[in-house]
Amino acid sequence: MKILSHPAAMLGIVLGFVLLGRVLPAWTLSLATVAASNSLIALGIVVLARTGNVSFGQGLFYAAGGYGVALIANSWGLTDAVAQVMIGAVCGGLLGLVIGPLISRYTGIFFGMLTLALSMVLYGALVKTTALGGSDGFNVGRPTLFGNVFTDPREADFMLYSVSVIATGLAGVAATVYFRSELGLMSLAVRANNLRVEYLGISANRIVAINFVIAAVFAGASGALSLMAQRHIDPQFAYWTTSGEFVFVAILAGYQSVAAVFVASLALELVRSFSNLYLPNTWQLVLGAFLLAVILFLPLGIGSLWTSTKRKGSEPDAPAPGATVTEPAE
Amino acid sequence: MTPVLAVEGLNKRFGAVVAADNLNITIPAGQKVSLIGSNGAGKTTFVNLVTGYLKPDSGKIELEGRAIGKQSPRDVARLGISRSFQIPQLFIELTAAENVIVAISGTKASPLSFTSPAEAQNRREQALVLLDRLGLRATADRPVSELAGGVRKLVDIAMAMARRPHLLLLDEPTSGVSAEEKFSTMDRVIQAVTQDAGTIVFVEHDMDIVTRYADRVLAFYSGRILSDGHPDTVLKDADVRRYVTGGAR
Ligand SMILES: Nc1ncnc2c1ncn2[C@@H]1O[C@H](COP(=O)(O)OP(=O)(O)O)[C@@H](O)[C@H]1O
Ligand SMILES: [Mg+2]
Repeated sequence: MKILSHPAAMLGIVLGFVLLGRVLPAWTLSLATVAASNSLIALGIVVLARTGNVSFGQGLFYAAGGYGVALIANSWGLTDAVAQVMIGAVCGGLLGLVIGPLISRYTGIFFGMLTLALSMVLYGALVKTTALGGSDGFNVGRPTLFGNVFTDPREADFMLYSVSVIATGLAGVAATVYFRSELGLMSLAVRANNLRVEYLGISANRIVAINFVIAAVFAGASGALSLMAQRHIDPQFAYWTTSGEFVFVAILAGYQSVAAVFVASLALELVRSFSNLYLPNTWQLVLGAFLLAVILFLPLGIGSLWTSTKRKGSEPDAPAPGATVTEPAE
Repeated sequence: MTPVLAVEGLNKRFGAVVAADNLNITIPAGQKVSLIGSNGAGKTTFVNLVTGYLKPDSGKIELEGRAIGKQSPRDVARLGISRSFQIPQLFIELTAAENVIVAISGTKASPLSFTSPAEAQNRREQALVLLDRLGLRATADRPVSELAGGVRKLVDIAMAMARRPHLLLLDEPTSGVSAEEKFSTMDRVIQAVTQDAGTIVFVEHDMDIVTRYADRVLAFYSGRILSDGHPDTVLKDADVRRYVTGGAR
């Protein structure tokens, strides 16, 4: 397992997945595209969660990336897929730079509620902005790649799939390196005890702000990918249920493994499409049951299936079998 | 010579409780000072005031001639005061070595890196040296959640030492350590610590430890200093025997 987490090996795996797209049936390809682009924003939530803070409003940056790219595409005709992903990342990141330093002063439920509130402010503003199509949003044209226009839908799908897998894969490699870095370890320290971090002469807020900006960059890029797939944008990008689904993926994944985020995102998309197919109108029910099962059987997320048990110390020790002592009656 | 720590007219109240009552203390470099006093006497409050966690109601705190009474714990740490805690404050899901590595990377002058591994070889070696000084090498790779209370105290002290502080404050370093191990623990702590920080303030309840390791004792009683001086003198003081040591000696 260790060799697989070497950056070069990970790049190889990413490439392997791109090639796999050549043989996947069409419906799997679009499902995998969605899963990859959702992984990217969920990965950002995991990056932030490693400081102990959960954002319930990543839709804010998702929408910032999506709307930013859509507006630039429509006004300047910039349709290149790679450029669009980068613009999305920049839009998300810039907004993150504004909000991160302010919000990093808060922790726990206040932090989560503030992110949620900010995303709903944007949602409300977008709905009221008729210039941006209000609640209907607006359409954008097909993305191109390095000057190539894809008229064959199969080729267009494969291009989108490749860009999504590569963008998300590169983010995954970067996150793996980051998790092991000085800042990565410091993030876990902030999560465990932010006061002690301060006593060691380090600003815990700064660490949170840095992770927040990374999460915003990933969310913005993910918004761009999603825009390309739908070729349409509307305020739903910023809505709280959108954000909620990404938090859902992050919870499924746990915060210990990057690969787990992709697995969780793919699992969610599979559950979604199969429940739509075989159990129509029960999607929420199936989803709830699925989450419940993961929380019960894998409380540290899907990643705990293959990461070492070393860090399990964060969970309260399970009582040894038979250790329950009943008080003797007086 | 400027003293390492100078405290003048320091006051702190919590409602009706006077936790620091006009404290005047000057600690020259190189001294090993023990704070004694019953529970609630104000020892931890003093440590909290000096490290910037609590802000004084009035009074001055100076580190090497520089006023620090309004600084945050982070700034105070950067200026050269480190502390350990009565209840160890660790990163519970990390290993002992990782805890110390976090402390060491906090001392870096340049910003923390996004890419270079936290456990770079030299950093890990530095951490192991610190742990070794406290006899903790064998526990380096165990999560601190699995370690006993006394061992956690030592990890906490190792972290405090990472910055090579000018002044080190240890809040009850031997509580939670078994009676047989108290002396060996304290031997290690004092030896380890004197390599870096000449000046140490430690809160201690065991008078045998106090007489053996302190050059000077400050006896606290309800926020005031009852007696201040050489251990022999202070521990013989009638008020100290009455209010602090309970006439045990
Ligand atoms: N943060 C606080 N809020 C309210 N009261 C406090 C606080 N910290 C300490 N005290 C009170 O101040 C007094 C001194 O406490 P402390 O300094 O912890 O004593 P010691 O460390 O000597 O046992 C006690 O009466 C304690 O209850
Ligand atoms: Mg105390």
